Order: sequence, then C-alpha cells, then structure tokens
Amino acid sequence: MASPDEIADTIAGFTLFADLPAAGLAEVAHEFEEVWFAEGERILRQGLTGSGFYVILDGECSIQIDGVERAVLGRGDFFGEVSILLGEPPIADVVATRAVRCIQLPGPKVEGFLVDHPRVMYRMLQALARRFRTVNRWRS
Amino acid sequence: MARQRPDERPFPPGAYPLIVVGSGAGGLQVSYWLRRFGIRHAVLSADEAPGGMFRRWPLFQRLLSWTKPYALPDRTVRAFERYDWNSLLADEPELRGLAATFMDGTSSFPSRPEMEANLVAFAERARIAVRFGCRWTATRRDEGAAGSRFVLETTDGEYSAPIVVFAVGVAEPFRPPIPGIELAHHYAAVRAPETYAGRRVLVIGKRNSGFELANGLLPWAASIVLVSPSPAKLSVLTRSLVGVRARYVQPYEDFALGGGVGLLDAAVERIERLDGALAARLRPTDGGEPMTVAADEIIEATGFAAPVGDLPELGVAVVGQARVPAQTVWWESASLPGIFFAGTLSQGSGGLKKHGQPSNSGAVHGFRYNARILAEHLATTAFGRSLERSPIDPAEVVDRLLEEATLGPELWHQKGYLAWVVGLDPATGPRDGGVVPLAAFVDGLAPAEPTAVAMSVEADAAGEIAPVLYVRAAGRVTEHVLPGQRLHEFRTAEHRRAVAAALRPLGRGLVAVD
Repeated sequence: MASPDEIADTIAGFTLFADLPAAGLAEVAHEFEEVWFAEGERILRQGLTGSGFYVILDGECSIQIDGVERAVLGRGDFFGEVSILLGEPPIADVVATRAVRCIQLPGPKVEGFLVDHPRVMYRMLQALARRFRTVNRWRS
Repeated sequence: MARQRPDERPFPPGAYPLIVVGSGAGGLQVSYWLRRFGIRHAVLSADEAPGGMFRRWPLFQRLLSWTKPYALPDRTVRAFERYDWNSLLADEPELRGLAATFMDGTSSFPSRPEMEANLVAFAERARIAVRFGCRWTATRRDEGAAGSRFVLETTDGEYSAPIVVFAVGVAEPFRPPIPGIELAHHYAAVRAPETYAGRRVLVIGKRNSGFELANGLLPWAASIVLVSPSPAKLSVLTRSLVGVRARYVQPYEDFALGGGVGLLDAAVERIERLDGALAARLRPTDGGEPMTVAADEIIEATGFAAPVGDLPELGVAVVGQARVPAQTVWWESASLPGIFFAGTLSQGSGGLKKHGQPSNSGAVHGFRYNARILAEHLATTAFGRSLERSPIDPAEVVDRLLEEATLGPELWHQKGYLAWVVGLDPATGPRDGGVVPLAAFVDGLAPAEPTAVAMSVEADAAGEIAPVLYVRAAGRVTEHVLPGQRLHEFRTAEHRRAVAAALRPLGRGLVAVD
C-alpha cells in the first residue's frame, strides 16, 4: 500500500523519471494507478488488444513468448510500451514470477503523457535504444 | 427494520463454515447467493440495520446511479437489470427490481432514503439473517488439526471460519498527509449546506465527491475553488464511470463560463492560518509559479479508504491510498488465501482493463454480479457443490452468443470484465458455462473445458462499444472484435457471419456455423 507521496518518493529513484521535478513526480503518482499481482499472475497477455504501460515498483516479472522466457524485469523496469507505441497487441506474456507491485497507465493515455513529459520520453527512448543495441550485439 | 434485541440476534460466537462481514448491498447480495447454494454462513455487521453506506451517504441525499421504473422490460425479468442499477439480484420475481418500487417519480436517480428502503426491504423480504451491532475488531489465524481457520474477534466474542468474505465497503475517510490538514475538514464531516453561506470554500479533490460537494454548495458558497494535481475528467468524455458524472457537472460549466468557480491543477503543499482565515499553498502541476489561495473553509474530498483493520498485518496486500485489497480473478486476497471480498471492495480484482476501461465493481450494478459468481465459485471449490450446466443445441450457439451480447445485463454492466462462456467438449456438446470473469476465461481458469468460447461487450479506446468473442482452443486464446452497431443490436446477419467465421476452425461437430 502506498499513498501518492510514497509512490512519488519511490519513482524519484528510477531512471525513467530521473529528470522530473517534484511536481512532475506527484503528477505521475496521481495519474498512474498502483496495481499488485500475485506470483504466477499474467500482467500482459500475448495477442490481446488494449493493454497498458507498467513500471515495476517491487518484484520480478518474466517476459515469455509462446511460454518461453525471453527476459526478466525488476524494480524500475517498465513494459507494455512497445505494443502501445505500435498500436498492436503485445507479442509476449508478462508474468509475475513473485509478487509484483507496479504503477500502470492505460494505453490510451500513454501518448498524451509522453508528449506532456518529453524528458520521460527521452529516457524511454534511451532504454529502447539500449535494448536495440543489445539485440544487435546478439545478432552480430 | 426493528432494532434487534441482543437475545434475539442470530449467529452467536463460535465456529462457522464461512463468515460474511458487512450488511450493505455487497454483504446482503453475497449472503443471498450463498444461501441459494445451500452454504451455511454467519453474517456479522457493526451497523444496527441493513444498508451500509446508503444509511448515510451520498451527502446531498441523491444517488448518481439510476433506475428507470418504466423501462420496456418488466421489472421482474432479467432484462430489466440493464435499466436498474440499484436493485439486488434474486431468483424470485417478487424480490427483483425492488429499487423501482420505492421511487417517487421526482428523479430517475433514487434518493438516499429510497435506496436505503430498497436494501432494507430486500433484507427483510429475502429473510437475510444478520447479527447487527457486532463489530469485527481484530483478526488472527489459527492452525489447527482441521486446517487453517481465521478467528475474528468481535464486540460479541470470537468467531472462526476457514473462509471469510469481507464486504465492509470503502467508507473510512482518507486524509492526505498535507501539513496543516487538521485545519480542513473531510467530506464525511461536512455540515448543513446553509452553514457555508457567503463563505469562500476550497475543495481538495476533483473527483465525484469534490464535484458533488461543489454542486451542492453552489447556492450557498461565495466562491468555490477545486484543486488536485490532475485535471478533472468528465464521464461524458471518458465514457466510463471514471470521471465526474453528468449530475455534478454544473460547477465545471460555471468555471468554463467564469462564474465564481475555480479549477486548479496543483498539489497542496500545506495549509495555514492567514488573517483570520485559511490559506492553501499550492504548487501547480501544469507549470507556473507556486500560488496561495485564501479560503474560509477547506474541505478534503480526497475519498475514502477501505476499513480493512488489521488484515494487512495478517498478510493481505492492499493497494492505493484507498487500501483496496489486491485480489485474484475470484475476489480472493492475492496474498492470503481464504480471505475473499464482496461489494465495492471487489473492485480490487481489476480484470483486464482493456483500453484502460475499468470494471464497474465499485458500484452496486457491477458488484451484485460479482457476488453471485463468488458464491458459485465458493460453492463449487470449497463446498463440493456442482452446478447444473445446461446443454446448448449446437445449432443455437451462435445465436445465443449474440443474444447475450445484445441483452445480457452482466456483460453490459461489467464491460470487458464479465463474459458469458460456453464449454465445447466434443463428448458432451456445448454447455452453458454461465457468466465468469473474462480474465478467468483468457487465463484458462473457467470453464473447465479446454475448448470454449466467451462473449463480452467492450468499449475500445475511443469509447465505441462492440461485442468481443474469445475462442480458446489448443491452448491458445484468440480475440475477435465484432462489428459495432449504432443501436447496439448485435443479432444481425453480419454478426452471425463474423461469429461463425471465428468458430469455424473448431470443427462442425462442436458448433453449427452454417
């Protein structure tokens, strides 16, 4: 359980929100919804439309494509943005491998949020670029 | 309802197979269905009579959920539930649509006393037994030879059960941790409207309770400013219950027309005394310099928290400032098995929230269905009952799916959250799987048949409503968004073709699709 103030304090330490001033963090804490998942619960579902954007506050998630684990995410990591940016259903399941606490923003609100917070968008681009580089390294 | 004398009260302290805590709409509804499934249980309530929050709120004595007494369907049939957000569900025709019978015709929104009378009448006529005046005070877990039991300490003594359903509402005033908040007062402590005559009122919060308050004080207050970090949302624009309801939108129009109402997007940093009045120091979230607003009265319309008592210490995970317990698809604590939730607390099982659309589990017209499904779930998983599941003629599956999409009150009141499902076992043929949480279907938890279909009604990101068919086969679930229809009549040739096309790969033996 966390009040918006506690959530703002937590996310202040995350790279994604590192450039936000206190008022911006408070707005994020107010705008996003806190959600909690038990071990084994699916958070994103492969192939189903209309998903959201998630930032992990605590816990660990497994990214699985057709049941095969492709990556593990933890505190401060985020997911769901790719399908929202592309307007397509997620290509992977995201499953809680132990209890997970996240903040979540519904898909239809993500574009407006990123446009209103260009520094968050820039940090997200950096994270996506890092993932892209990693994938290219594997290939080369 | 006559006040119970202590010696007449049902459910003395002791051991029970199941305990329900609460006598509001949620507690009454879950008790009704548990009894229909023959499950012995005790119902405990700290109140003196049924009705829960409606014994006191809404503040201005008028609900924001409607009942339309003169809808086309008769009030005793299932189809009427679409037009009635306030009655509890029952199998008996004489217990259905009760809210409509208490309304005096001045509004399609029942007054608070009409809603209270509706719930009291349901409790009396359905003979829901409740031990009133029995307050749950503490909880512990006992590991005995017969397994784990929860022990509820109450003002009347100890009760124990392996399963407890809490239907205690979300009614504990939430006070944000703002320095100086003690100078303000909460929505729950608002005085008679006339005592705000000529006063400058600052309302913290821009959700329904903030706007309800502002709307109610428009004839009295000298000025009204509403402040919170995020912009106000309007339900007519979000096309969901997220947002200020049309009934309370007048202050928004006054603001837009420059009529003595202010809306500010800002965080309240602190509240101070200033020149014999109060001052709120604000930090705008939409840019700009810090500012100060002077007021004679500051009211927190910052919502309510769930009165979950010591459950978090026992291991029940709660989320958000409302402290709503995190729940599985079957409304069981996600962190403490055996503890379940009904009524407005069932909103803690969020469902898929596709396109950001929330469930309507926070309101009577949504959670009344959750209560029935919860009772079915407990009956079959914990009490060994088996539910009769009617066969469906393979030639009728397509039509039945489209009939539910067009008329099913569960699908319409719980869009994208509840679904009607049909099991497709080749050995037995199609069977009615009833209404279940959509998340339970897509995650393979219901119905039991590996091959099955589900129909839900959903709103997309633009708010357009359409039926969505889900087909589960060979371990995968595929989603088929069907066409919309201007008047939401989905029993058309176009829809039949679309459903048939989605079901055709299952094979002709299971479902007749031509």
